[in-house]
Amino acid sequence: MNNLKNSFREVLRYPSAIVGLTIIFLLVVTAVYAMIKIPYSEAIRLWRGGEDVWYQNPKFAPPAWINFFSSKKLPESFTVNSANGSMTKTVVPGAQNSSTINISYFFDFNYDTYPQEMLIYFKAKYNSKQPFVSIAWLTPDGRKIRIDDLGISADQTLWFSQDQRLQQRLNGAEPMQALFEDPKTNAIAKGKYQLQITGTTFEPGSDIDAQFVFQGQVYGLAGTDQARRDLMVPLLWGAPVALAFGLIASLGTLVLTMIIAAIGTWYGGWVDGLIQRITEINLVLPFLSILIMIGTFYSRSIWVILGVTVILSIFTGSIKSYRAIFLQVKESMYIEAARAYGASDFRIIFQYLIPRMIPLLIPGLVSSVPAFVFLEASLAVLGLGDPVLPTWGKIINDADANGALYKGYYYWILEPAALLMITGFGFAMLGFALDRIFNPRLRDI
Amino acid sequence: MAVATQSTPVEVKKPAASSTFVRVARYTVVRLFTLFVTVVIGIYLTILIANMGGHVDEIMRNDIRDRITQQFANNAAAQKLSPDTRKQLIERSITLEENRVGLNQPVAVRNFKFLTDALTLNLGRAINMTSDSGSKEVRLIILGRLPATLLLMGTSELFLFFVSVFLALSLSRSYGSWWDKLVITLSPTSAVPPWFYGIFFILIFAALLHVLPFGGMTDSPPPSNPVDFALNVLKHLILPAASLIISSFFLSIYNWRTFFLIYSSEDYVEMAKAKGLPARDIEQRYILRPTLPTIITNFALTLIGVISGAIITETVFLWPGLGRTLYQAIGLYDTPVIVGSTIIYAYLLAITVFLLDFVYALVDPRVKVGGN
Repeated sequence: MNNLKNSFREVLRYPSAIVGLTIIFLLVVTAVYAMIKIPYSEAIRLWRGGEDVWYQNPKFAPPAWINFFSSKKLPESFTVNSANGSMTKTVVPGAQNSSTINISYFFDFNYDTYPQEMLIYFKAKYNSKQPFVSIAWLTPDGRKIRIDDLGISADQTLWFSQDQRLQQRLNGAEPMQALFEDPKTNAIAKGKYQLQITGTTFEPGSDIDAQFVFQGQVYGLAGTDQARRDLMVPLLWGAPVALAFGLIASLGTLVLTMIIAAIGTWYGGWVDGLIQRITEINLVLPFLSILIMIGTFYSRSIWVILGVTVILSIFTGSIKSYRAIFLQVKESMYIEAARAYGASDFRIIFQYLIPRMIPLLIPGLVSSVPAFVFLEASLAVLGLGDPVLPTWGKIINDADANGALYKGYYYWILEPAALLMITGFGFAMLGFALDRIFNPRLRDI
Repeated sequence: MAVATQSTPVEVKKPAASSTFVRVARYTVVRLFTLFVTVVIGIYLTILIANMGGHVDEIMRNDIRDRITQQFANNAAAQKLSPDTRKQLIERSITLEENRVGLNQPVAVRNFKFLTDALTLNLGRAINMTSDSGSKEVRLIILGRLPATLLLMGTSELFLFFVSVFLALSLSRSYGSWWDKLVITLSPTSAVPPWFYGIFFILIFAALLHVLPFGGMTDSPPPSNPVDFALNVLKHLILPAASLIISSFFLSIYNWRTFFLIYSSEDYVEMAKAKGLPARDIEQRYILRPTLPTIITNFALTLIGVISGAIITETVFLWPGLGRTLYQAIGLYDTPVIVGSTIIYAYLLAITVFLLDFVYALVDPRVKVGGN
């Protein structure tokens, strides 16, 4: 215990170890936060969801903070709903069971480009007589543009850009342009806009609610992808997946390698020989090709890939170096003593041989995590990522498939790439420091 | 690239009992035999995985049925035939195609045939892939892609090897200096694989600055003038080679430097220093000489790495090399191509491992071939 405390104190002498520990700590916090904020089933639902989940978001939208770094301000997305009071709604009862419903929303528009799209989702309650709405658009310079007049069913959607009647009324101009442009200067009119919805219902108990979705050019903290998905979900969930894959693969490989090496050296003879031969055969096998084949032909589940990775990583060069150390340990006095009092083989291997190696295991454990994290990302980039789980590699793969680099959606690649890189560096920095601490040969150099 | 420690038995010389010739001959035979068995098992496992116990056959059968039915559906002449005749024709075409691919034989027989063909380097014909000149010979497909891989991997791996060994030597002389600390600080950068740096390089130099191409090996169409062609290839080579180099550069220097430092703290080096030998002599005779086997091992493994190519980096840069071919072959279920590239790698590895034992004996007088 004291030994461990000393080691920890020594770790803090290395600046790179402190940076590495901080990064790993932040990653763990992110992973825990992600799992609490978005439970697993919810994350899968969001990640696999289509338009029905993500209709409110623009496509290919960079994160909103991009406006800080650019003189050209891009419109931010928002959604307001009369049902939850974010749009003002007044009901004026009229004659013969009818009533007039006024829904309106004011918003400031001080941006330099047009939004992607605007939508209104109507929800109407009625028995037989459909309510009727007319929608108007008020610009900062005082013009009033009639958008559309229509009878609405229980669920009705109005896409501004796809409204034929609106386009005709605007003389064939793009609605997004025409609605935000000052006709005199042909520049974007900045200022306060108002959306006015005037509805009429013809039955007692009939009601209208409207949701106004403004799809700007930027969205949230992380942006969106080709399917309008908020990239925050896979960015957050990538952390637990990457940590789990990296740590389980690294721990599984090292512990199994160590046990097999200990058993081999303890029993010697044909057991040892067999392990050596398997190691040589494994050297001939093409590691990445086999993983790609498993992914292509058999299963893309992250757990299958994890298992195969561990199995293929056990019988490598490290089993030989462990064997060399175990051969020395096997001759020590305390093993002799254990044998003399009649300890079983099992007891000697697991209680005497392996515990001696744990200090040597720690640096290797930490240092090999990045390789496994990037292995998962590599497979995802080749299109062999887990089809269900949101991971950082999957984001890069999606971005790559949609030509993000050619079309300039840099945020899409840079965000997951930065996280992957930070994770890799964090573990590598700590691993290097640990290696120098636990490996006395390296301590002074 | 990590510095591999020597794995073959290094034995201290004992008084020779049997004659050298018998010892070397016996060793050669036993070693060749074990290596051959290793290669056979390794290749057989690869073939098994490439077939997935008949799972891939099912995919291929459906694929063929689908393709041929589609062909007949698109064929105007076939539309005029009576439904029965057409059905018969389709079935016959499917059987013919299945026979051509070899699906009529049981998996075990096919696996065995693959194995014997592969071991005799009779690589056979690909199922779906073709070489750039249109041939289905696996040999031609591999040979056609080899130059691209040799160019990319050769440039980067050889540069990496020699530059890092030389820099490491000079760093080990001035250890603790600013440069030494810089290399130690930057060595965690190698936690990131080459394709990852590749994406960043594409972003910076191709997408933002427009100074270098996104990928590929030449412009399309390639320049006809040989000098322009060479310059064009060079321009396309810069980014992939740079990403392969940068991702191993600092770790490689760090590993070699540490390795040399361990050897330069040996007593005999201290002794030489105390005797007042010039630094250059100490380096050549007392540090480089005993580390030579490790340097040679790493060089040999580097050379094998050059031939096997880099699957993901080549895919990211659309570089028409062996790594990308292998990836395409897996996507097309093309077992002959997968097995072909694996057997070449396995043979090269086995031969290298075998030859290294003799090289050790040549460069290190303490090592005897087959000595126990």
